[in-house]
Amino acid sequence: MLPSRETIVVIITFALLAIVPFIASITEVPFYLDLGRRMMILAIGALSLNLIMGYGGMISFGHAVFVGIGAYVIGICTEHELVNGFIQWPLALLACAVFAFIFGAISLRTRGVYFIMITLALAQMMYFLGVSLDRYGGDDGLPLAETSDFSGLIDLSEKSSLYYLIFVLLLLCLWICKRLINSRFGMVIQGARSNEARMQAIGFPTYRYQLTAFVIAGVMAGLAGILLANHTEFVNPDMMHWTRSGDLIIMVLLGGMGSLAGPIVGALVFILLEEALSGITEYWQLIFGPFLILVVLFARGGLLGFLEKRQSSEDDDG
Amino acid sequence: MLKVDAIESSYGTSQVLFGMTLEVNAGEVVTLMGRNGMGKTTTIRSIMGLMQPHGGSISFEGKRISDLPSHQIAKLGIGLVPEGRQIFPNLTVRENLIATAHNSSGNSNPWILEKVLARFPSLEARINGMGNELSGGEQQMLAIGRALMTNPKLLILDEATEGLAPQIRTEIWQCLEDLKGQGQSILVIDKNVAALTRIADRHNIIEKGQVVWSDTSEALLAQPEIQHQYLGV
Repeated sequence: MLPSRETIVVIITFALLAIVPFIASITEVPFYLDLGRRMMILAIGALSLNLIMGYGGMISFGHAVFVGIGAYVIGICTEHELVNGFIQWPLALLACAVFAFIFGAISLRTRGVYFIMITLALAQMMYFLGVSLDRYGGDDGLPLAETSDFSGLIDLSEKSSLYYLIFVLLLLCLWICKRLINSRFGMVIQGARSNEARMQAIGFPTYRYQLTAFVIAGVMAGLAGILLANHTEFVNPDMMHWTRSGDLIIMVLLGGMGSLAGPIVGALVFILLEEALSGITEYWQLIFGPFLILVVLFARGGLLGFLEKRQSSEDDDG
Repeated sequence: MLKVDAIESSYGTSQVLFGMTLEVNAGEVVTLMGRNGMGKTTTIRSIMGLMQPHGGSISFEGKRISDLPSHQIAKLGIGLVPEGRQIFPNLTVRENLIATAHNSSGNSNPWILEKVLARFPSLEARINGMGNELSGGEQQMLAIGRALMTNPKLLILDEATEGLAPQIRTEIWQCLEDLKGQGQSILVIDKNVAALTRIADRHNIIEKGQVVWSDTSEALLAQPEIQHQYLGV
């Protein structure tokens, strides 16, 4: 049996990402390394959003808040000279879990447009909290004096090391998502998306399942925030702004909502287009917007869904 | 086993059940029959905790369940094959079955995937197909299989044969007969008097939100005027 196009796309994508440091080294353009890191970090964020939005039908318009919380914990720890990564990172992930639990517990009591608005409101609340934190840079943000210190195990200030760490963590997140989706937990989440009352009548407390998924997604997004803070060595409230959450939603839609690797493809294409189009015009969204509309209209299931559909129609023909 | 005692349920200000009473004993097959709009599905929704009765009580194995949430009622061992099948369209046949599997009744020979597929061979051929790619009959078999995978102490079927081809109906009635032979307690809602009188031990006829007639198959067959008056047969 031939591998699906999704599998092939994943293999090619990761193969290309794996050689980016070599290309950057050969061409002596370190920007490629920077671009690759940003792509992969946002891919982790998009993967986490896809878990709740694509599979669970929970359209969160405030998902970037967890990226921001993860980044801010790193920033605040560093500001207080707590740079040990073995303490910083678990602290940041724990903070994301706690906030995701609270936000999820509130927002999951609503559905549809109310859920979207509550997640948006909670995220904006945190954004304005970030703006008001003068001690930690307020609106201007907070530069990090140094990256997380892992006692010589890995040096995150060395850009290739950070690149490969992000690469491995992206692979790990993809694997976790795959395991989750194919587990009973994932099936309950997906089933509840299509018929929540039915899932409850079979014996599953869907609220608890959805809240757990929300917390897992929040922690995964927090990981993206931790990496982003180490990548940019800077944190600011903009990371939590609703437009960042919008970007994550676009990445998921572009790559393919509810497909495992779709968000990775979406994040990569989004960043590449952003880079390419912003070189043409400052108002790159004017070109990107119609492109996104075409994808949504003619490639339901995003770019990956489009490929899969072509494969199944070819299989049917052949 | 299941005791529905004078429950009253409403949709907003519109009351549907007016002192609905019903009982299912262990190993029994009991029916609930009646014309459309009389409160059959509302009774099931009330039993399953999908709506809260505002009067009366429902108990299962001596435990009051009328104020429990739906998932806890299901966990106690009540499996529902709902009206309209309601399979999960975005899950495969396999996922529909295994996602819900548990042995709530502590069945020593539990329903597992292989056993369900052996009972409904047509599902095996579609095992990796999505739920919404199945025919109506296959969806109904999947809905029954899904309920069996929870190994319920009491199986409730709400209009399980509605809109299905005669051949599929026969298969479903046969399945219920087999289940009865294995001692499965069943509450069936349907309109097929001929099939129900063959399978069931007792019948309840509902009219305007309450049971107006309750007796055995023999009694129902012996009173065609009851069938005519309440079931339009």
